[in-house]
Amino acid sequence: MIHTRNLPFVTTLGIFVIAYALCVLQFPNMMSTRVIGNLLTDNAFLGIAAVGMTFVILSGGIDLSIGSVIAFTSVFVAVMVGSLGVHPLVAFAAVLVISTLFGSLMGAMIRYLGIPPFVVTLAGMFLARGAAYLISTESVPISHEMIDAIQGFYFRVPGGGRLTALAILMLLVFIVGAFVAARTRFGANVYAIGGSQQSAELMGVPVGSTTVGIYALSGFLSGLAGIAYTLYTSSGYSLATVGVELDAIAAVVIGGTLLTGGVGLVAGTFIGILIQGLIQTYIVFDGTLSSWWTKIVIGILLFVFIVLQRGIIWYSNRRLAEGRLKEI
Amino acid sequence: MSDTNSLLEARGIGKAFLGITALDSVDFTLERGEIHALLGENGAGKSTLIKILTGVYSRDHGTMHLDGAEVTPSSVAEAQDLGIGTVYQEVNLLENLTVAENLFLGRQPRRFGLIDRREMRRRSKALLERYGLDIDVDALLSSYSVAVRQLVAIARAVDLSGKVLVLDEPTASLDAHEVEMLFAVLRRLRQEGLGIIIITHFLNQVYAVADRVTVLRNGRLVGTRKLAELPRLELISMMLGRELQHITREHQAQEETIASTAEAPIRFSGYGKRGSVAPFDLDIRPGEVVGVAGLLGSGRTETAFLLFGIDRADSGTATVDNQQITLSSPEAAIASGFGFCPEERKTDGIIGDFSVADNIALAVQARQGWAKPISSREKASLAESFIKSLDIRPADANRQMKFLSGGNQQKAILARWLATGPRLLILDEPTRGIDIGAHAEILKMIEKLCADGMSLVVISSELEELTAIAHRVIVLSDRKHIAQLKGDQVTADNIMQAIAAPARTEAA
Ligand SMILES: Nc1ncnc2c1ncn2[C@@H]1O[C@H](COP(=O)(O)OP(=O)(O)OP(=O)(O)O)[C@@H](O)[C@H]1O
Ligand SMILES: [Mg+2]
Repeated sequence: MIHTRNLPFVTTLGIFVIAYALCVLQFPNMMSTRVIGNLLTDNAFLGIAAVGMTFVILSGGIDLSIGSVIAFTSVFVAVMVGSLGVHPLVAFAAVLVISTLFGSLMGAMIRYLGIPPFVVTLAGMFLARGAAYLISTESVPISHEMIDAIQGFYFRVPGGGRLTALAILMLLVFIVGAFVAARTRFGANVYAIGGSQQSAELMGVPVGSTTVGIYALSGFLSGLAGIAYTLYTSSGYSLATVGVELDAIAAVVIGGTLLTGGVGLVAGTFIGILIQGLIQTYIVFDGTLSSWWTKIVIGILLFVFIVLQRGIIWYSNRRLAEGRLKEI
Repeated sequence: MSDTNSLLEARGIGKAFLGITALDSVDFTLERGEIHALLGENGAGKSTLIKILTGVYSRDHGTMHLDGAEVTPSSVAEAQDLGIGTVYQEVNLLENLTVAENLFLGRQPRRFGLIDRREMRRRSKALLERYGLDIDVDALLSSYSVAVRQLVAIARAVDLSGKVLVLDEPTASLDAHEVEMLFAVLRRLRQEGLGIIIITHFLNQVYAVADRVTVLRNGRLVGTRKLAELPRLELISMMLGRELQHITREHQAQEETIASTAEAPIRFSGYGKRGSVAPFDLDIRPGEVVGVAGLLGSGRTETAFLLFGIDRADSGTATVDNQQITLSSPEAAIASGFGFCPEERKTDGIIGDFSVADNIALAVQARQGWAKPISSREKASLAESFIKSLDIRPADANRQMKFLSGGNQQKAILARWLATGPRLLILDEPTRGIDIGAHAEILKMIEKLCADGMSLVVISSELEELTAIAHRVIVLSDRKHIAQLKGDQVTADNIMQAIAAPARTEAA
C-alpha cells in the first residue's frame, strides 16, 4: 500500500513518466541517453541548490538567498582564480566556508532572534547579491587547467550520452541528501520541526542547532551549486542566476514536498528537477516555442500541484477521520 | 541531603509570567520508588512546576537536586539525558511522523551511523506490546485515535525515563481498561525504583495508584501528604480551600414535567449509518439531559457525529418541530439550533493567539455570519458572563488563550458553545481535565440551562457524571443502542450492567 505521506511523490513520478512518454512519442530522439545526459548537466547547479531547499522547506522554512549566493560564489571563484591566480581548490574551499557560515548566521537569526525565515533570507538575498556586485560587476571569465579538466571529464554511456562531472556531482548530492533526510537523526529532526516546532521541542529535539544546521546546509549547497555554475559557464557574473531560488522552490513543491513543512522526499525534488528539464528540452526540440513557455508550464504545474496537495490533504484527513472512528 | 531516599528535590521554586506569579516558593520532593500525585485546581500551577522541573521553563527562584546533585536542565533534551521522561499535558507528538518515528525521535537505533529502521520497528512493536497495543508502527501517528496517541506518548516517556517519569494528565483520553494497563506499568516501574509524578483530576485514580500527594493552590504549596492517611474530603478541601458543595439530583421533580410533555420536538427515527451506528430512535424533549454511555468504540462518538451532521445518515429521518430536516453538514445542524463540543477540543478547538473573549465569541459570530461582526462591547459582556459562571481563571477576557492552563482552555471552549444558546447541545466528554470544583460548577450550570429549556446530549465515560445529570441514559455497545435507562433506573450499577450485558452473553 502506498503511504498517504508518499502520495504526492508517487503522483509526481506518474506525471513525469506520462509526460516523458508523450514527449518521446512526438520526438523519439528524446529517449536517447545524450538528451538525458545534457538534461542532467544543464540542471546540475539548480538540482544541487534544490536539495538544500528541500531540507529548508521540510522544516517549514524558506531560503530566498540561494540565487544570490550562487552568483556571489561564481564571481568570487572567478575573481580568485581568473584575476588573482589562486588555485581553484583553494578558492572552492574558501567559498564553501563562506557560504556555509552565511547560512548558519541566517539560521541563528531565525532561531535566536525569532525573525521569520522569509524576512531573514530576503535580507540575505540582497546582502549576497550586493557582495557579488562589490567584487565585480563585469562577467569574469575563468580558465585554469584543472577547471578545464573537470569540464572535459565525462563517462560515456551506451547510446552516445555523456555523464559529465557536473551531472555526477548533482546525482551524488541527491543520493547523500536522500540518505541524510531518511536515515540520520538530523534528518528526522528536520521532519519533526516541520511537523510542529513546539511538539518537537517538548520531545527533546535540539531545535536550535538543527535550525542552524538546516540553513548552514542550504548555504553550503548553494555554494556548491555556485561552483557547479561557474564550471558550467566558465565565468562568474554578478547578474546571473536571479530567481534561481524560485526555480528551486518550484522543483521542491512539484516534487511533492508540502510548503507547510514536515512532509516530502528528497527524491521528489529530483523528479521536480527532471520535469523542469523535460519542459526545456521539449521546447528546444520543438524549435518554434519561446523559452518563456518553460516558465508558463512550470507556473501551471505549480498551480496543479498545490491544488493537488490540498486535495490530498483534504482526502487523507477525511480518511483519517473515518479510520479513527473505525478503530476507536 | 536530609532524606537519603529522595530522588528529586525542589526547594523554593518560583516563577512569574509577565509579572504574574504562577509559582510562589514551592517545595517538592519525589522519592525513589514512589508514585506521587500532583493535584490542584485548574491554573494552580501544576503544569508550570512540571515544566520547570523538566527544562521547558527556566525558574526564577529555587534549587533542584537530582540524586543529591544540583541540576538545572535548560532544555527537554537535557532533562531526558538526566533520566527524566515527560508526557506534557498538551503534547500530541508529531502527526506527520510514523508511530515508530515518534517513539524513537532523538534516540533512534543506529547501525554504521545510519538509522536502523528495522530495529526501530522491532523495538517499537515490543514497546507497545506492554500496553496491549498491536498496531502498525509504520503508519502515521495521525491515523490513530487520541487514546492510542496518548499511549504512544506515555510509552515513549516511560522508555526514556531512567529515573523520573512525569505524566501530566495522561489518562484524560483513556478508557478504564487502558488506565488499568497504564497503572500496571506504573506499579512495575515503581518497583524498579523509579520516581513517578502524575497529574490528574480523577481522584479515584489518585487513590488507586499514588502513594503520596502534593497539593498546589494558586501557585502555592498547600502540603504533601501520604494518601493512606488522607480522607478524600480533606484532600478536596486542600485543593479547593473550601468544602465541595454536593451535587444532588435536584432534577427529580423536574423529570415528571419533562416526561409529561407529550410530543418531543426533536426526533430521530431509524437514524443510522451503515458501518458506523445501527439505526436508532431518539426523542429529545426540552430541558432533557440524555446521557450516552458505552465503552470506547461502542459508537458513542459516531452517534454524536450523526446527530450533528458531521457524518451523513444513510437511513432514517430527523424532525425538529414536526418539520423534517436534512443534517447534511455541521452548518445545517447549527442552523437547526444544534451545538457540538467535540472530544478533541483540546487540540482542535483552541485558537491560541486569540484572546479568551474572541475564542468564546467564535461560534456566536459564525452563527450570525461574518458579515455582521459582534461589537466589542457585546463580546466583552459575553466573555465576562462566562468567565464568571464557569470560573475561568485568570478572569481576564483579553488574555491570549495559549497562556491559560489546560483546564481553563477547556472551560472557554465549553463557553463558546453555551454562548450560542443552542436548543440541543451535544457534549462529548465535557468535563475531562476540569478540576473537581469547576466540575461541580459546570454541572450546576448545565442544570440551569436545561431548566431554561435547552436539551442536552452528554457523552461521558464517567458514570457518576451521567447519573448526576442525566434524566435518561442510552447505552451503546458494538455500534448499537442496546438499552435505555430512565428515572430511577439511572444508576452507575445499572449502566455498568447494561454495558457488560452483551459481553456476558458472548461468553456464555
Ligand atoms: N506561558 C505562559 N505565559 C503566561 N502565563 C502562563 C503561561 N503558562 C501558564 N501560565 C499561567 O500560570 C498559571 C498556572 O498554569 P498551569 O498551566 O501551571 O496550571 P495547571 O495547574 O496545570 O492547570 P490545569 O489543571 O488547568 O492544567 C495559570 O494562571 C496560567 O494562566
Ligand atoms: Mg496543566
